[in-house]
Amino acid sequence: MAKTSAAPLNLDPVPSPSATAGFSPRRRRRISLTAQYAVFVIVVAAVALQVDWAAVQEHFLDLGVARETFPGLLTVALRNTVLYTLSGYVLGFLLGIVLALMRLSSVPLHRWTALLYIEIFRGLPALVIFLIIGFGIPVAFPGFALPGDIYGQVALALGLVSAAYMAETFRAGIQAVPKGQMESARCLGMSHSRAMFSIVVPQALRIVVPPLTNELVLLFKDSSLAFVLGVTAATTELAKYGSDVAADQADSTPLVVAGLGYLLITVPLGILVRRLESRRAERG
Amino acid sequence: MTTAQPAVEVVGLHKSYGGLDVIKGVDLRIAPGEVVCVIGPSGSGKSTLLRCVNMLEEPTSGVVLVDGVRMNHPDTDLDAARRRMGMVFQMFHLFPHLTVLGNVTIAQRRVLKRDRAEAERVGRDCLARVGVEDKADVYPEQLSGGQQQRVAIARALAMNPGVMLFDEPTSALDPELVGEVLTVIRDLGLDGMTMLVVTHEMAFARDVADRVVFMDAGVIVEEGLPSQVIDDPRHERTRTFLQRVLGPQGSAAPGPGSTSTGRTHEYHCHTQHG
Ligand SMILES: Nc1ncnc2c1ncn2[C@@H]1O[C@H](COP(=O)(O)OP(=O)(O)OP(=O)(O)O)[C@@H](O)[C@H]1O
Ligand SMILES: [Mg+2]
Repeated sequence: MAKTSAAPLNLDPVPSPSATAGFSPRRRRRISLTAQYAVFVIVVAAVALQVDWAAVQEHFLDLGVARETFPGLLTVALRNTVLYTLSGYVLGFLLGIVLALMRLSSVPLHRWTALLYIEIFRGLPALVIFLIIGFGIPVAFPGFALPGDIYGQVALALGLVSAAYMAETFRAGIQAVPKGQMESARCLGMSHSRAMFSIVVPQALRIVVPPLTNELVLLFKDSSLAFVLGVTAATTELAKYGSDVAADQADSTPLVVAGLGYLLITVPLGILVRRLESRRAERG
Repeated sequence: MTTAQPAVEVVGLHKSYGGLDVIKGVDLRIAPGEVVCVIGPSGSGKSTLLRCVNMLEEPTSGVVLVDGVRMNHPDTDLDAARRRMGMVFQMFHLFPHLTVLGNVTIAQRRVLKRDRAEAERVGRDCLARVGVEDKADVYPEQLSGGQQQRVAIARALAMNPGVMLFDEPTSALDPELVGEVLTVIRDLGLDGMTMLVVTHEMAFARDVADRVVFMDAGVIVEEGLPSQVIDDPRHERTRTFLQRVLGPQGSAAPGPGSTSTGRTHEYHCHTQHG
């Protein structure tokens, strides 16, 4: 009796945890993925069924209205958006490098000034900075006008905003350059600042290209704040232009078109950043 | 016998980090053309000594003179004073964003203000001297460790230094690449370069050094001819260290070209590079 009941038990293989659950790990993974796709499709379909497509088409995707936004969208609005952004970016870039070097200086006055600047301008909403530039400066310095008028104001506002972020990025990049680089440059008789500019900063710039490109994307969006300074038909930019035409036509399609104008620039930049980052990952 | 001014003179050197005394009173004179090898256990302060000589670290007290110029003095133009010395690091520290030729010309251009043609001529000469002239246009990452270290030596030589400092120049290299670098350093010594070399290569020290200095715990324990310090050390601490580095029968194998121990390398044969 004992013999017959013991024999089949000994012949059984040891049950693995997955076998007890009924599926192999690979099988379970496939089931899980299939379930996720199913949920995704169901959610998208449910939302799509709720949308009033006729109304959307009329108010957001009216091709006739979309045509009305051209050519001003490209020749004026997009052009100004690019101008505002690039001029602000260049200013922020230069100021950012100076602030980063001050942050790393051995002179406490430099360090504290830079830190104060960064904390203030990183903490303030960009809108507040635009308002200060637009309405604070004329009050504080009567008779003083920035060169380029509104172009100068926007460039300065965007430059001040982005400099704070870029300074922190540069600082991280400079600190990521191995200490031996500065030391071997000093051993060749270079002064600290000479070594900084000829040896350390060029290497730091390569490290920070991806985050700085991200900053450019952010700045493109912030350039829409130019409207608070009171832009004219000639100095308008994408967002303002879109909303103006939308109000004119009593239709929201121009906003969609203006939005596409931003994506036209930011999506390629995003692709560029991912390229740069994967190239960096490859090179190690 | 050397009444001439020493190339390097260190007097009463102390260096501490916070409360940690790393160099505890070191005196060292190096005559022009002399090759001094510094040996000693890890953490004994060898790198710190070198770094105090060219002021990468500021001595806590004591005097460092190079060509009679006092290095640790507020009135000294350090950048100018450092030009008298070349330094070669364990990890090479080539400039990765510049080509090999860029590495050996940038300081000539920016510091000595030589024009491009002159800097490149000097740079190529120095590259030829260390046997990597054919690599002038590649980037450092494309070179072997031995080639990188030879470029680092050429980079220092391009500034016409009177003294060369080496901090374990072969410790980061694969064993088969050690010889090519040691050969270059030995040839520099034969050409009359004044050198202070921190090394763990005992066969090299025995063969090339005019004098060997043994450091332990921040002081010079003993110094003298290689045959004396390496093969017949007087101090117990030196003997213990050498036994660890060379193995039990190491110090009993004197004579030129002795290659009976694990840490020696046949660097003599590598007269041809590349
Ligand atoms: N910047 C520093 N701050 C604090 N301590 C330091 C610093 N640099 C070196 N030390 C300490 O000083 C001591 C001597 O270091 P050093 O690098 O000079 O030794 P070494 O003889 O070159 O050793 P190794 O053979 O490992 O290179 C060590 O204990 C080290 O931890
Ligand atoms: Mg060391």
